[in-house]
Amino acid sequence: MTELVFKTAAEIADLIASKEISSQEVTKAFYDRAEALNPQTNSYLYQSRENAMAAAVSADKAQAEGKILSILHGVPIAVKDNLTTTDAPTTSGSKILEGWVPQYDATVVKKLRASGLPILGKTNLDEFAMGSSTEYSAFGPSRNPWDLDRIPGGSGGGSSSAVAGHLAPIAIGSDTGGSIRYPAAVTGSVGAKPTYGAVSRYGLIALASSLDQIGPVSNTVLDSALLQDVISGHDPHDSTSLKDSLGSMTDAVKNADVKGLRVGIVKQLSKDGFQPGVKACFDDTIAKLTAQGVEVVEVDCPSFEYAIAAYYLILPAEASSNLAKFDSVRFGLRVAPEGNPTIERVMAATREAGFGPEVKRRIILGTYALSSGYYDAYYGSAQKVRTLIQQDLEKAFSQVDVLLTPTAPTTAFKIGEKVNDPIAMYLNDVATIPANLAGIPGMSVPNGLAQEDGLPSGVQILAPAMQDAQMYRVGAIIEKLYTDEWGSPLIAKAPKLEVK
Amino acid sequence: MAKEQLLSYEDALDKFEVVIGLEVHVELNTKSKMFCGCANVFGSEPNTNVCPICIALPGSLPAVNRKAVESSIAIGLALDCQIAPTGRFARKNYFYPDLAKNFQTSQYDEPIAFEGKIDIELESGEVHTVLIERAHMEEDAGKLTHVGGATGRIQGAEYSLVDYNRAGVPLVEIVTKPIFGAGDKAPELAAAYVRAIREIVKAMDVSDAKMERGNVRCDANVSLRPKGQEKLGTRTETKNVNSLRSVENAVRYEIQRQGYILANGGTITQETRHWHEDRGHTSSGRPKSDADDYRYFPEPDLVPVQPSKEWIEEIRASLPEMPSLRRRRLQEEWGFAELEFRDVVNSDLLDQVEDTVKAGAAPQAARKWWTGELARIANAENLVVQDLSITPLQVAQIQKLIDAGDLTDRMARDVVAGVLAGEGEPAQVIEKRGLKVVKDDGALIEAIDKALASQPDVLEKIREGKVQAAGAVIGAVMQAMRGQVDAARVRELILERASK
Repeated sequence: MTELVFKTAAEIADLIASKEISSQEVTKAFYDRAEALNPQTNSYLYQSRENAMAAAVSADKAQAEGKILSILHGVPIAVKDNLTTTDAPTTSGSKILEGWVPQYDATVVKKLRASGLPILGKTNLDEFAMGSSTEYSAFGPSRNPWDLDRIPGGSGGGSSSAVAGHLAPIAIGSDTGGSIRYPAAVTGSVGAKPTYGAVSRYGLIALASSLDQIGPVSNTVLDSALLQDVISGHDPHDSTSLKDSLGSMTDAVKNADVKGLRVGIVKQLSKDGFQPGVKACFDDTIAKLTAQGVEVVEVDCPSFEYAIAAYYLILPAEASSNLAKFDSVRFGLRVAPEGNPTIERVMAATREAGFGPEVKRRIILGTYALSSGYYDAYYGSAQKVRTLIQQDLEKAFSQVDVLLTPTAPTTAFKIGEKVNDPIAMYLNDVATIPANLAGIPGMSVPNGLAQEDGLPSGVQILAPAMQDAQMYRVGAIIEKLYTDEWGSPLIAKAPKLEVK
Repeated sequence: MAKEQLLSYEDALDKFEVVIGLEVHVELNTKSKMFCGCANVFGSEPNTNVCPICIALPGSLPAVNRKAVESSIAIGLALDCQIAPTGRFARKNYFYPDLAKNFQTSQYDEPIAFEGKIDIELESGEVHTVLIERAHMEEDAGKLTHVGGATGRIQGAEYSLVDYNRAGVPLVEIVTKPIFGAGDKAPELAAAYVRAIREIVKAMDVSDAKMERGNVRCDANVSLRPKGQEKLGTRTETKNVNSLRSVENAVRYEIQRQGYILANGGTITQETRHWHEDRGHTSSGRPKSDADDYRYFPEPDLVPVQPSKEWIEEIRASLPEMPSLRRRRLQEEWGFAELEFRDVVNSDLLDQVEDTVKAGAAPQAARKWWTGELARIANAENLVVQDLSITPLQVAQIQKLIDAGDLTDRMARDVVAGVLAGEGEPAQVIEKRGLKVVKDDGALIEAIDKALASQPDVLEKIREGKVQAAGAVIGAVMQAMRGQVDAARVRELILERASK
């Protein structure tokens, strides 16, 4: 039998449901491993054995009373540290929130607790989810289990490295421009950004409200489907959350078949700018699908050219306003300036000391973009691009069921390589951003190792809004093509981390 | 601060045309706040009606209070406005410690109601139609208390306390178009307009409408322009003028202050000003220019408010009779003289008089009770007449007994005193205090005969036809009967007995 920590969440859930193992055993196994390996990966910012085990005890007790709380009952999970938790500090990767313990649980956290999933800890992220590498975390970067000198992607590098390194079987991420999908791609794991509104954002520390979406991170497509089914649903606390159910992702994965599937390749995201090995993996995926009789056509999305520019106006604009509440008055850091401590000076000193460089950069950008006299040229134009991208996608989806792109232009880069080049960092998100701007679902599934560096590559599946099930269906199809070839998920090829 | 120099009111009006514009904030009396479930009540312990949403803890999201939208639509309809089929909220960004999020969630370019009008009648009977530009929804801020320092203002304070109980209380801001042509009546019109708004929201029961509690607050814009000039003069905005008298005085003061500056070749600074009721003047606040940049943008955390036509019509159908129409109707029905009616209106006793009339009293009798005896008692006890513990029904019952000859006026006043003293219903007071007009004439005739016998000279005079001599015995008879008889009846019987 495979060691417990290398099993998928679905396998673990089955073992718990059939009483072969207890939630306490699984939770302890993962916790022990996470505690031992975290000094190497820096996946977790906060871990609590007491909290995790107490939740596992409750899950086992509920089961003994005949109550299986969910399809993932008893399976431990890691939660990105930008979701509020009443029993653990929530920092969003920022010094300005260091040590803050929220007074309320995020809706997703509530759902996890009510569904019997013990929380192993809170995972690292770029400060306020601004970044693609976790290098902008105030608490140091997380590391990629495939190569500890490399980034695990961002902003959700804590969750991706935890899952890829088996420091957690599954994790919660948040995705504003690719923060779930990009880390999944560069760590050989699976990550999905549901349709905007599918999962409640209540308790997610906002980066850009109109782009943020919470989603699953896992080692298999089925695990992500199970987790999305647990966390999604309408929430009266989030008026942008969808009223209608999107159906069962788990069923979509279990019943996936290629019959009648039409796939589109985006002209603008399949040619230049990709590492050759990544491009080769993508071409291989397309070849495999074609061999299965899947119809593949090229679609034109001309407005994608402006996606990054629009994104880096809308995101900073919303972020500059969302981050205004960090003013030292009611919670978090408070820094007294030298001299007269007027409220304006205390606010300024706190924000100066508490925010990191990328956060400041985006606040300044966003404040500028919203300024009177510039609003139309910047924020207004960006919103128009957003509409054009939605129209491009609508047109594309009238021809095909899903779109495929490489998730990221390159495999994981080395820590320190791009940290002083914001534009290079922003370009990592070129393929993932359109989904956030349009509110559609997108997921990354591993599709091999790039020949030049042996590091994982991912393929992104984009589906029309509300058709997350279609995305999961195709994710399952692609995953199966590869596991059939490899004999196991890609993650099994990752080097095994050992306690030093 | 030195008082500024003023031009005489007459001179100012002689030289300049006055243009005013009024912004009235109405605090709604919904059970909960605008965007969260916290209680919307006045006078609680500081920071007890707060939650993660209204103190803006990271991760929290707003959700719109449907009742507040309904009240806002009702106000819009009462002001003859059009109701927007769809309207977004917007963020008004500025840092201030009473504003938890450091932005106010408001409406900007898409107010819920727009293009309305209201007729305002002045004391003279002259009617002005005030055009309404818009009525929009927004949230109130918290309340700051500045401790230490001489003025109680933020400058010079040692520290400040913030109470967030009021943060997030729903407000409707009603903005007029510039009001021209009121001439010397501009101050009166301003106050009459605010009074009318106050009456309307009170009649609709969408606000407690207590100006002294800040339920209705007025910002008064005033500008002057030389007569015949097309271009509007520079305006000042006097903030938070919180009584009707202050509205009138503040507008009058600004006319004289600006008049002096302009008449002496100066220019008006566009700024906000504060009204000091105690000293009867305004002082300069912060300069307000068109460069004020609130970086408005659509609130991404809320979906647009889209009231259906059916809902709007439902609200329209449930609007109560508007106060001005009601007054016109009641004055006609009751047939009061102009002064009598104005007395009732100014004492805010329309409801009481109307209910007393409905309970069976004649209008004049009802009016006399409320504006006469009851107002006198209230005044003597330093109360407002509305707070006296007597109901219109009780007043009507007492009046009916007078009409039936069962109570004399003096006895009725005794009954009222008894009711106010908590002795029960009028019938119980009459019983307890033994207040009953004696209708059995036997005892009365005996008393009269006795009195006449003891004053034979009087009897003689009466028999000679000098009927006014009867007065001399009336007193004695009343005394003998302990006042429980009707004096007119006594007189009648004296004449009757004397002629026998």
